[in-house]
Amino acid sequence: MLKINNLHAKLEDEDKQILKGVSLEVPAGEVHAIMGPNGSGKSTTSYVLSGRDGYEVTDGSATLYGEDLLEMEPEERAAAGLFLAFQYPVEIPGVGNMTFLRTALNAQRKRRGEEELSAAEFLKLIREKGKALNIDADMLKRPVNVGFSGGEKKRNEILQMAVLEPKMCILDETDSGLDVDAMRLVADGVNALRAPDRAFLVITHYQRLLDHIRPDVVHIMSDGKIVKTGGPELALEVEQNGYADLLSEVA
Amino acid sequence: MNDITDLEVREGVDRETVETVANMGSYKYGWDTEIEMEYAPKGLSEDIVRLISEKNGEPEWMTDWRLKAYRRWVTMQEPSWAMLNYPEIDFQDQYYYARPKSMEAKPKSLDEVDPKLLATYEKLGIPLKEQMILAGVEGADAAPADGRKVAVDAVFDSVSVGTTFKDELAKAGVIFCSISEAIREHPELVQKYLGSVVPPTDNFYATLNSAVFSDGSFVYIPPGVTCPMELSTYFRINAENTGQFERTLIIADKGSYVSYLEGCTAPKRDTAQLHAAVVEIVVLEDAEVKYSTVQNWFPGDEDGNGGIYNFVTKRADCREARAKVMWTQVETGSAITWKYPSCVLRGDDSQGEFYSIAITNNHQQADTGTKMIHLGKNTRSRIVSKGISAGKAQNTYRGLVSMHPKATNSRNYTQCDSLLIGDKCGAHTVPYIEVKNASSRVEHEATTSKVDDDQLFYCRQRGMDEEEAVAVIVNGFAKEVLQALPMEFAMEAQSLVAISLEGSVG
Ligand SMILES: Nc1ncnc2c1ncn2[C@@H]1O[C@H](COP(=O)(O)OP(=O)(O)OP(=O)(O)O)[C@@H](O)[C@H]1O
Ligand SMILES: [Mg+2]
Repeated sequence: MLKINNLHAKLEDEDKQILKGVSLEVPAGEVHAIMGPNGSGKSTTSYVLSGRDGYEVTDGSATLYGEDLLEMEPEERAAAGLFLAFQYPVEIPGVGNMTFLRTALNAQRKRRGEEELSAAEFLKLIREKGKALNIDADMLKRPVNVGFSGGEKKRNEILQMAVLEPKMCILDETDSGLDVDAMRLVADGVNALRAPDRAFLVITHYQRLLDHIRPDVVHIMSDGKIVKTGGPELALEVEQNGYADLLSEVA
Repeated sequence: MNDITDLEVREGVDRETVETVANMGSYKYGWDTEIEMEYAPKGLSEDIVRLISEKNGEPEWMTDWRLKAYRRWVTMQEPSWAMLNYPEIDFQDQYYYARPKSMEAKPKSLDEVDPKLLATYEKLGIPLKEQMILAGVEGADAAPADGRKVAVDAVFDSVSVGTTFKDELAKAGVIFCSISEAIREHPELVQKYLGSVVPPTDNFYATLNSAVFSDGSFVYIPPGVTCPMELSTYFRINAENTGQFERTLIIADKGSYVSYLEGCTAPKRDTAQLHAAVVEIVVLEDAEVKYSTVQNWFPGDEDGNGGIYNFVTKRADCREARAKVMWTQVETGSAITWKYPSCVLRGDDSQGEFYSIAITNNHQQADTGTKMIHLGKNTRSRIVSKGISAGKAQNTYRGLVSMHPKATNSRNYTQCDSLLIGDKCGAHTVPYIEVKNASSRVEHEATTSKVDDDQLFYCRQRGMDEEEAVAVIVNGFAKEVLQALPMEFAMEAQSLVAISLEGSVG
């Protein structure tokens, strides 16, 4: 589904190379995890894939279902099925969470030539999805992420994912800052969405999340590259020994 | 914790925005109607003033009132203190009176009005038939089932075309008619109140208006009456090179209530057009007036050609105890906006509120704000101003809060937020504060922010295109003011926000 090949990216305004040849492939139906030290380029990979300004791709490619992602506008990538749960979700004052989400959903549907959802249909959908994530009516009415606690923001990202039903979900440290119960909710949310035609790329520092969401493949990223790829046991190894041994081994 | 099943959806508003953005044409009211017009000769003189008065069938006292204003006006200078930049206006190169030929003999009822005129308003979405307006019209899934009536007075160039629901209003004792009709039919009210809030000598534009105003709306709500429906006036400038000078006079007698809406549009023309209106509101004991404006005059093209020069004097006088007035304005149009709806809080315990959204894009310039003049004891005022600038536009908030020595224990709260889109536009805040007694308090908060790239990216990652994203963020920024508008207008205003910011990003 998602194919990244030798992806190089630098900062647009600075001569600083951040991604130095990332390659990985996530087939439909699978869950992959990316782990790696702080500053190794995990978030940058997710931003470059989703089309955030400020980066320049200098080499390599990224495709979703064979379509060139890098040629598309961010909203086109979203409509094509790419979703990013942000490491730091943004606050949008004055814009109701529900209004925001309905606008987004209908924008995507329209772009794909699908019928837009009426208020009633949308309400039904969001009630259903909200319930599963323990998101109450109050949180849906409040402005997007404004005054949300760290954990609430992350749950809200998963709610958006559940409503938008993307094909390729990238989760950037969605587990950071969650208490044990919230972690469960998030993991359950992800597991409920697992499907043969959907794939996940989960960026995380902790084995904890991976206990709940069993990944098929674990990638280790360091200094702008994937340096090692293995099964779930790779995450356990990181948890026990840290990155030092692993990295010296590949160096 | 609220249960999720209690949740109510009340949106529609944002839907509308998004749809409007999708079908956007830059200024959708820019067409003109071919209607045979009758003009007074170009330029301004005592003869023209007399002619206007005569065309309106006015009594002599009114003609004299106008002439006095005219004689005063010729001695006055155009003010230059506002942060506005525009070519000198040649006041002799304007028509001061234009009316559709078909209105020569005043139609007695709407059935007699030229169908072309009615069609013009229909095209603008303004019903001149007496019909129910369902709140939220299209796309509002949350519209109340009972519908709402809105009485409309339509002013086309210089004259009032007609007023709806007159009979029903008359039953409640409410007078809602054109000001020219009020001068003829209710001279005692007009003589008592006209110019009592904005005197003919007030300022250059108000004085000009006093001399040449052609028509406008008149409202009188008798003591204790809550006006049974929303009242609204739609102003349409159609004729070329024609100034529009309306005069609105609203009197809310003791213990009465009225909510009044004003909407404005004009065709696209590449020469600028002058608009200098005066609105006077008199609020007596325990009465309350809500005055909402959605101003959508043609703003000029992307290069700054044409557009309406809007110089407006609006003032409410809370003349007696516990009188209350609320101004809400959404200013999206005009090339130049010079406008400071004000409250004179004369009665003890009277209250004034001002909620404003001013959007400027391309080469638009707005210098707008309010004046809160506290004269009575325990008076309260609240100002919420949201200025949004994009393109090369300049947006200035200019506000005065004045607490007189006798206005003891009075309070003002001012919140003044500016939002910038892009880096070629400007926002300025000019607050004037005078407090002349020790027991009163004035609070002022001001912020300036930019539409944040991270917010835009977040919206786009979720599927909105750049314009939708800006509209969503801006509507969020202006939410407190949008909420102060009556529901039907809130929707219109939200879509206007989107339209007026077209092309402001990327
Ligand atoms: N806009 C930017 N300006 C300057 N440096 C940047 C920018 N974006 C990324 N970087 C740098 O690129 C490197 C990779 O950052 P990135 O956020 O992708 O790391 P990460 O792997 O997600 O780290 P963490 O685990 O801490 O979230 C870091 O050194 C970071 O400082
Ligand atoms: Mg990161």
